[in-house]
Amino acid sequence: MRKTVIAALAAAAIALPGVAGAADTVKIANLIELSGNGAAIGRNWTDAVNMAVEEINAAGGILGKQIEITDYDTQSNPGTSRAQLQKALDNEPYVVLGPIFSSSTRVNMALTKRAGVPQIVGSEAASITQQGHPTIFRTSFGQAMGMPKLVKYLKEEVKAKTVALIYTNDEWGKGGRNTAKELMAKAGIEVVADVSSEVKQVDFSAEVLKVKNAKADAIFAYCLEEESARFLNELRKQGYDGPLIGETTLISQKVIDLSGANANGAKGHVGLTASAPVPALVEFGRKFKERTGRNTDHNGIKGYIAVYVVKEATERMGSFDQAKFAETLRGATITTKDEPGVLLDIRFDKTGDVDRESFLVEVVNGEQKVVSVLPALGE
Amino acid sequence: MAEALQLLISGIATGTIYALPAIGFVLLWQTTGTINFAQGEFVMLPSIIMLAFIIFGDMPLWVSFLLTLAISAMLLGSVFKVVVVQPMIRHGVLPLIIATIALSILMRETAKEFFWNEAQAFPMPVPYIVIRMGEVTVTTHHLFSFGVACALVILLQWFLSRTRTGRSMQAVAQNPDTAAILGINVQRMISLAFLINAGLVTVAAVLVTPIYLAKWDNGIAIGLTAFIAAIIGGFNQVRGAILGGVLVGVLENFSAFYISTEYRAAFPLILLIAVILFRPYGLLGRPEERTV
Repeated sequence: MRKTVIAALAAAAIALPGVAGAADTVKIANLIELSGNGAAIGRNWTDAVNMAVEEINAAGGILGKQIEITDYDTQSNPGTSRAQLQKALDNEPYVVLGPIFSSSTRVNMALTKRAGVPQIVGSEAASITQQGHPTIFRTSFGQAMGMPKLVKYLKEEVKAKTVALIYTNDEWGKGGRNTAKELMAKAGIEVVADVSSEVKQVDFSAEVLKVKNAKADAIFAYCLEEESARFLNELRKQGYDGPLIGETTLISQKVIDLSGANANGAKGHVGLTASAPVPALVEFGRKFKERTGRNTDHNGIKGYIAVYVVKEATERMGSFDQAKFAETLRGATITTKDEPGVLLDIRFDKTGDVDRESFLVEVVNGEQKVVSVLPALGE
Repeated sequence: MAEALQLLISGIATGTIYALPAIGFVLLWQTTGTINFAQGEFVMLPSIIMLAFIIFGDMPLWVSFLLTLAISAMLLGSVFKVVVVQPMIRHGVLPLIIATIALSILMRETAKEFFWNEAQAFPMPVPYIVIRMGEVTVTTHHLFSFGVACALVILLQWFLSRTRTGRSMQAVAQNPDTAAILGINVQRMISLAFLINAGLVTVAAVLVTPIYLAKWDNGIAIGLTAFIAAIIGGFNQVRGAILGGVLVGVLENFSAFYISTEYRAAFPLILLIAVILFRPYGLLGRPEERTV
């Protein structure tokens, strides 16, 4: 009897630390751009993720388990992102959050597919959710969801018949340009200039001359943030003051900070913005600024929502079942009544794309002002 | 015509940006026989330090510039010479190149870790005014950068060829042993060359960063383009650096506008290959022989 008790105690002593660790916490990997070109957006995402994690943990965690978040820096490099995701998967996370750069997601998503681990990304390239990945989701608008709203705005509000297009020549930029061109062709809008620019490009004078000389009804810019700032500076230098429309990055807080008054007058579609007339988003923006001293951009909001989506999906399942996670989320609608942390009612389609209302924003005196609220495509 | 003129003016302005660090490449080669592959980071670090003084010390640009100049002279001049160049140069140019590549990585990671990992706006050294001449525009910043770069080239050219110290520095680069026999203080000349380079990169930082934005990885692009510009212009002529820089800037613009924006970065490399094939000492360089 005594031997049995000692053996049981010994077994418990060996097993308990592991069991306690497993029982008390749930691991989430944050695979994100913490350095390199995407550092600005990755930092916003990560700060917001940490904010959500602290709130959820303070309120008792997910199904009683505290979230244990670990950051993995992709260095904004697709190859590094894949290596870092492998490292993250070796630690057996419940869910992987990120990355944001589409070029990184495209090369690493095969690993989560193979491992059967849910991945919630901030990437926007249309192709990501069209690969048949069973466990991928995003909290941002994909290009397939965002662009139709923008093209509709160009046609119905700007009444543009011709558009000059400039884009960053990378995975994300080309994906957006291809989607936009296709939709514009269907809408009867002619693309009269189709100009690429490079990542880290300094001089935009040739590109600006090309889009300006096209004398289009509007310029559509789809460049990364630093490049958007340099493009805006050159555009204003060359005296352009016609309609300038972009998607998300052109009117982001970082671009406004970098280009100052040159960003004024730029308009763009954003899936998420803290200046939207939605109390939950405004409150999130206030909390974010209080915590970091910075204004959030859409990436911060995406990261925050991603953590709450994990919480809601898990609570709906009642368990930490990775296989059931995707099944639960595909086609699901999460309202702010179900989970206030999602900030806006959100619906996932069968591919993992998200649909919800979004905003058309104009930069006025260095600040984003919401011009109109665009309904969800499904409405 | 207006288009071509605009492209030319913008190209010259951007080329001036490329030329400034290229001058540093040439200066170090001409005076010490060293190639510094951390030259881009030598421009990046002063820009980050200057911005830190401006933001955290609430200082005006010119005060932070002077403070940074002193720090650069110490870190990028004296410390660089004593810690990196002196121990490595005796093993030949190749180990030194590898050491400067390692240094460039160290500097990038340090800037990222201890300052900012994302781009920051940087104040203009002169009031930013856009001057319009019909269809063509130019900014006061462009004019100022071009003026400063030309003045620096003239000053350095005069210093190296017309002053006793400058000629001594060139003599040290060509043959340190003979220079020492002739009574030249070799170590002093080498130190002076590194101090001048430190000053040069700090001036370059204040001129290029408003356009490049202050960021830890800026040195990669700055260093590479400046190196290409220095080879095109002539690695042994200071005035060659400015010609090389301007040619690269103008060629990028013209090729992007008239041929293809996708291949804008390729055309300067084509020019580089042509120069290496047909004029290996650069457009303004002069053939020289060195003991190997």
